[in-house]
Amino acid sequence: MMQPKVLILRTAGTNCDAETETAFQLAGAETALVHIQNLISGKVNLSDYHILAIPGGFSYGDDISAGILLAVEMKHKLTDELNRFVGAGKLVIGICNGFQVLVRTGLLPGTDSSAEMTQRATLAMNTSAKFECRWVDLETQESPCVFTKGIKPCVYLPVAHAEGRFTAPADVLADLEANNQVVFRYADSGYPNNPNGSDADIAGICDATGRIFGLMPHPERFLTKWNHPRWTRIAEVQGSGSEEGDGLAIFKNAVNYVKANRL
Amino acid sequence: MSSTVNEINILNADDAELMRISREGTLSLNLNEMKTIQTHFGALGRNPTDVEIETIAQTWSEHCVHKTFKSIIRYSEDGKAPEQIDGLFPTYIQRATEDIAKPWCVSVFSDNAGIIEFDETFNLVFKVETHNHPSAIEPYGGAGTGIGGVIRDSLGTGLGAKPILNTDVFCFGMSDMPYTALPKGTLHPKRVFKGVVAGVRDYGNRMGIPTANGAILFDSRYTANPLVFCGNVGLIPRNRCEKSVEPGDLVVAVGGQTGRDGIHGATFSSAELDDTSESLGSVVQIGNPIMEKKIVDALLQARDRNLYRSITDCGAGGFSSAVGEMGEDIGAEVHLERVSLKYEGLAPWEIWLSEAQERMVIAVPPENLSELVAICEAEFVEATVLGTFTDSHRLQVFYEGAIVADLEMEFLHNGLPKPVKAAVWQPPKHPEMPSRDEGIGVGNPSYMDDLRRLLASPNIASKESVIRQYDHGVQGGVVINPLVGVANDGPSDACVITPVLGSRKGVVIANGINPKYSDVDPYLSAASAIDEALRNIVAVGGTLEKTALLDNFCWGNPDKPDRLGELVRAAKACYDFATAYGTPFISGKDSLYNEYRDTTTGEQRAIPSTLLISAICVIPDICNAVTMDVKAPDNLIYVVGNTYAELGGSHYFGIHGFIGNSAPVVRPDDGKRTMERLSSAINSGLVRSCHDCSEGGIGVAVAEMAFAGGYGMRLNLDNVPIGDETDADDYLLFSESNSRFIVEVEPQHREAYENHIAGVPIGYLGTVTESPEFVITGKTGHPIVETSIDVLKSAWQTPLHS
Repeated sequence: MMQPKVLILRTAGTNCDAETETAFQLAGAETALVHIQNLISGKVNLSDYHILAIPGGFSYGDDISAGILLAVEMKHKLTDELNRFVGAGKLVIGICNGFQVLVRTGLLPGTDSSAEMTQRATLAMNTSAKFECRWVDLETQESPCVFTKGIKPCVYLPVAHAEGRFTAPADVLADLEANNQVVFRYADSGYPNNPNGSDADIAGICDATGRIFGLMPHPERFLTKWNHPRWTRIAEVQGSGSEEGDGLAIFKNAVNYVKANRL
Repeated sequence: MSSTVNEINILNADDAELMRISREGTLSLNLNEMKTIQTHFGALGRNPTDVEIETIAQTWSEHCVHKTFKSIIRYSEDGKAPEQIDGLFPTYIQRATEDIAKPWCVSVFSDNAGIIEFDETFNLVFKVETHNHPSAIEPYGGAGTGIGGVIRDSLGTGLGAKPILNTDVFCFGMSDMPYTALPKGTLHPKRVFKGVVAGVRDYGNRMGIPTANGAILFDSRYTANPLVFCGNVGLIPRNRCEKSVEPGDLVVAVGGQTGRDGIHGATFSSAELDDTSESLGSVVQIGNPIMEKKIVDALLQARDRNLYRSITDCGAGGFSSAVGEMGEDIGAEVHLERVSLKYEGLAPWEIWLSEAQERMVIAVPPENLSELVAICEAEFVEATVLGTFTDSHRLQVFYEGAIVADLEMEFLHNGLPKPVKAAVWQPPKHPEMPSRDEGIGVGNPSYMDDLRRLLASPNIASKESVIRQYDHGVQGGVVINPLVGVANDGPSDACVITPVLGSRKGVVIANGINPKYSDVDPYLSAASAIDEALRNIVAVGGTLEKTALLDNFCWGNPDKPDRLGELVRAAKACYDFATAYGTPFISGKDSLYNEYRDTTTGEQRAIPSTLLISAICVIPDICNAVTMDVKAPDNLIYVVGNTYAELGGSHYFGIHGFIGNSAPVVRPDDGKRTMERLSSAINSGLVRSCHDCSEGGIGVAVAEMAFAGGYGMRLNLDNVPIGDETDADDYLLFSESNSRFIVEVEPQHREAYENHIAGVPIGYLGTVTESPEFVITGKTGHPIVETSIDVLKSAWQTPLHS
């Protein structure tokens, strides 16, 4: 059986690459950490991979605003490669800073013709005006997202960001709802469970195909039950007897999709 | 000689002129040191250049060479005959480690950080630094570059460790201080607090290193001299822990460009602050965490390909210290015009001394240069060949072809005269506060108000608003968070991480710090700091057997005999209790001259003598870790260890305006037995929760456990084991005696637990209750606290509401 290959994109300031790599490896994928310079120079071909993962961090220091410089670089220097990759039905996931990058490239929420790469939403400063590191309850929504297929209706994951407030014009939000593109919502509208004040409590979205997925929470930080902040309170966490954390299913789904669809 | 280099005329200078040169050049050299330099150059028949004298001043600074800890001290205690101590560091710190002789200590006191064993593949490095003076003047930049600097210490240890955890401890003035009371030229404590937290947050978060342990303390004496301790733990392959430099290796600078920032940082931090220090803008460095992240990314690749033989960071003293230290045993030549500059116009000595951040120096065999440069280019990092390591045993610096410094390594590193300092210690006498039990039941029916005030006091209250601004989950390995409990908001005793994902082997990091006890006796303060750090390790499931310590002394001016006497007391305790517990020191640092002088009034203020003890412990399986929040109703609550009437320097005395005289003593035989048996009980699965009993005593500890777990408690002080005649309820409730814990045990494990811990004094206090009521009955039979956990939690979370 072919082993799905994941390209984990790095650049200056990327810092969740190692645990994202571990997550995909645990899910059964072959992984490569690739600096964006090597994609731009052609030393590495994106088309050799099945999944593109843009991990969390502070790409280029989040100068100007979170993720924007990496987004501009991708949009202008990797336009064709990205369009071919997406057009081939392959998978893209952006976590935290990666989500910010996907939104700023326009790959999320995307349009009917993804070739346009126009930004239609944004991730703004948290309403608390601070960096927030905390665990939040998420409600899984009905969506075409391949990463969350069959996942639990309630998922518990950590967030750690200062710019995570998803906001968009009313028509874009209406489209998202109409197309079922909202993948995760913060389970409680109030602060702090909605840690950033996102519109419609949006924590993660996918494109219309469900193959491009971005989220602010960090599934790669909940791979085993010992990552759960209350694992010592056995009754709550160990009920299922599983040692697997909620986050791993997202990576497994991606790997299984690649296998099932022989991408 | 280059026209941009000046000769410093010291050959014919008299004493007054020598001191003027030292003072006006921010050299921080004393007369004896200036005269030693004068004699050295007299024999050479020439004056030193500015580059030379600056190099010597940096290398000989308190900050770089720790001369107080190496000096000969004539110490006299309480009027007794004086004792001569040949160096505090070798006598009390280094000797403790040698006597303990743990086989898992890989490298101690020799590299930029201490190294201990972790598993078959990796070792751990740990270092804690301070960045006090810069943080007083520019809190954001000072604190950010503090954390940036200590991360580079890990990266500069062995052949480079991957930074995996940050720990930060801050000491500030009181946030509610009136602006009118602010000493001249200082920033308000609130401003310092905010700036320091933001600086550490922005640097640590951007580097992608979890900040999962720390503490924040408040005392008005930190107003002009805040303390900022920054620590970093790193993970390093076992075969990358040694370094060497060979003649012919290239001196390569990696990282950021050099500017005029941070010049004289080393010498500046080796002097007192005064009301004019705020104008010394250039002594504070400017941080760029993304640059540092890129350096880590590049150098760890180069390390794994074995491209360099040695590495160190450019910290205090910049290139002068980094190259001077690396070439100490062989020699080096450097060409300053090759240095990549931020802007034009720097004099050669400025390039040589600049403490511009995010720079490392490595020793590269010439045949590896092109591969190294390729890796750096791929990560957008500059790598510049500055010169060569030689076999000349000289430090030779050139600028545009002309030699601007030519110093013998021997004189530079060993020419510093060993000072002789006087130290005295006289035990203070403070008014005592009697028990307030008599008033109970009359006007003030309980200790409810005291408990609430203690929980709300800044030193004890929740630090959640700060902790949540730090990313403590990045790298995916944190398994015990700084905040724990049913609502993820209780105060954890220590953090636990798994640095190798997929392995259950863990690292515990904790700290202990008790400056208030220094007001009674710095010996007890230091002893208590060690005991507290170890308690915190044990409370989450660590063991004494696998714990190493770091010492960070922040003190006043050691040229004053009374300040130095306090330092001697604390250092003695370090030896006595590290050896008693069998926990070696692996690294440490001191920051002295934390004093403020008002130049108009001449008023002088020193910080409380402050020793931070950081502890690191390796645990075989994180599955056995426990947290401090109570887990289930009907479980049993015990106090472990004897309580004594030890309220000197306690928070309870503090809220009533007293210091007292009986600060907590450490009884290491009892303490060691307690910790060893408790570790064993925890690792046998007999303990559901465990909390260190420290600030605010039993009262605060049980309250925190209850509200963190979301359950009430019904407790009685009758069974509290006492080591003396104490029976006053308030003393039992709030005494801060060392080596004590509160534990929660399931009823079915009662017998097994009690058997397991036999030989250790324990007292059954009562049970966890489903209802949120929180009741403590005193020895008199009356309830002395009767409230609900919501009231207690709300008091403890005061800083979150304000």
